[in-house]
Amino acid sequence: MGGHEVLHNINMEIGAGETHVLFGKNGSGKTSLLMAIMGFSQYRITKGSIIFKGTDITSLSINERAALGIGMSFQRPPTIRGLRTRDLVELLSRNNGGETVNHAKHLNFTEFLDREINQGLSGGEIKKSELLQLMAQNPDLILLDEPESGVDLENIALIGKVIKKLLQKNLRRLRTKSGLIITHTGLILNYLEADRGYLLLDGAMKCHGNPREMFNTICNLGYEECARCQR
Amino acid sequence: MSEIREKALGAAEKKALNGPDIDLSSFGQKAKEHTYKADLEGIPDEEKEGMADAGMILTGEKRTGSYIQMDHSPVHCSVREEGVEILPTAEALKKYDGLKDYWWKAVDVGADKYTARTELDFHNGYFIRASSGVKSLFPVQACLYLSEENVAQNVHNIVIVEENAELHIITGCTTAPHLERALHIGVSEFYVKRGATLTFTMIHNWGEKVAVRPRTAVWVEEGGTYLSNYVCMKPARSLQMAPVIRLMGEGAVTRLNTILVAGKGSEMDVGGSVHLEAAGTRAEIISRTISTGGNIIARGLLVGYKPGVRAHLECNGLMLADSGNIRAIPELDGRVAGVEMSHEAAVGKISQEEIEYLMARGISEADATALIVRGFLNVEMEGLPAELKEEIDRVIAESGKSLM
Repeated sequence: MGGHEVLHNINMEIGAGETHVLFGKNGSGKTSLLMAIMGFSQYRITKGSIIFKGTDITSLSINERAALGIGMSFQRPPTIRGLRTRDLVELLSRNNGGETVNHAKHLNFTEFLDREINQGLSGGEIKKSELLQLMAQNPDLILLDEPESGVDLENIALIGKVIKKLLQKNLRRLRTKSGLIITHTGLILNYLEADRGYLLLDGAMKCHGNPREMFNTICNLGYEECARCQR
Repeated sequence: MSEIREKALGAAEKKALNGPDIDLSSFGQKAKEHTYKADLEGIPDEEKEGMADAGMILTGEKRTGSYIQMDHSPVHCSVREEGVEILPTAEALKKYDGLKDYWWKAVDVGADKYTARTELDFHNGYFIRASSGVKSLFPVQACLYLSEENVAQNVHNIVIVEENAELHIITGCTTAPHLERALHIGVSEFYVKRGATLTFTMIHNWGEKVAVRPRTAVWVEEGGTYLSNYVCMKPARSLQMAPVIRLMGEGAVTRLNTILVAGKGSEMDVGGSVHLEAAGTRAEIISRTISTGGNIIARGLLVGYKPGVRAHLECNGLMLADSGNIRAIPELDGRVAGVEMSHEAAVGKISQEEIEYLMARGISEADATALIVRGFLNVEMEGLPAELKEEIDRVIAESGKSLM
């Protein structure tokens, strides 16, 4: 990105139906990893490849990746003047207006539907707007960048529930939806089971393991200590 | 010789302050007559199409009345609602003894060679008046159409909205499909009386080699409201206009919305000025301009004369090509302590971040760009009747498509 290497030696595989979690300090490269998987133009893959559903997507455009089933919830999405959230969401759900309204109701977001996308929204409202768009998109791999940051406790439960549904946590054997979630506070782990955690430090994977155990180590001993137990 | 004519003769060669100078002698001041059609349906199909593109409904449905002028001939004039009067200006001048209180009052005949020419070679125009207290449900539509090669059309329009009346006017200006070169000068004097509201929507749909010089001035009395929506998304060789709105009575309000798209070869110098002359007056000037290779100057001027007046000016431009340019020139002129006036101007390109955000939702780059451009042009136009809003949205959507 911008001529310098952000991420190196990233090796990970998320199986169908699995949810993985990324831990790491600010600036460790977590968002960059999500953006690179999504295909944003300021990130270039210099080595290796990204395989999704058996297809090498490394050179595909963002919208081609989205069409294959990758979706992302942004931490700081841009405001788009003059474009109403309702219109975009309806476009994404192929004009299924009734469903948009239902989803919005579910998220307590109805009153913001007619605002310009992300215009004047609080942190929590932005997360809801992102989830509403993801619900319409219904992707198979969901990339969530800090879905709980800036959200009050009451709404975290609601957001947790929606993410659980998006990731088909109600299904066991038939579950196909996968997730990769960045979390700082770990709060989201209270609402959904995750299969694996990773620690990202200075753009490299330092550790992987049980997400809850890792989170506890980070809370009690810090990121460096967690990285030390490298397996 | 009358004083007005004398003044016009004196200004016949006077160049305008802004916009490239036009050689008026290169256009014909005579045009062949077009026959009058009592029924709107009588207008030839070929012409109907262009008129429809400029927002005309040629069944006359959902319209309070219609005025259509081709070159120099009024070809249709009808009213469906009581209390609203529509006449060719020449007839109104006869009927109302020269319209003494309105004729060349808001606009100075000696302002420049274009106003002068309109007096010296007068080619009619529309006179529309809403009687006091009348609230027209549907808009009056007026169409000024150019069909003869190399013709000059110098029209003089008068609109009077009497006390507490409410009038919507939609004007569509357009040209015959095969027309190569022509000139349109439109002098418009609007009078919004006490407590009255005038919503004036103008859709310009000119040809690529048409020069256009509207000269508009509006007087708004106490408690009156003047809302103007101007949309020009088709090319015009040279367009220069800067309506002047005087908020003369206490609490008068105006809002000017402008949407311009300048393609390669188009020169557009469009602005507006509002004079907040009375206490409690408010004004807003909003413009959204796009250059796809043409040159745009987006002006705006607010002048505050009384403490407590409030006004805001917004000029936003979007460059979609590497040629052409957009110059935003917002000006504020406070003449007394206690005026509250502000402006915001921005010229830029479409943000890559916004495009990629939409692409991450599965939308192609071209569609994402179109959505953003349409959003950019989506100005909140308050006070518009629903179907006028739809009309403008339709024009924007149509033109938005062809932009990409």
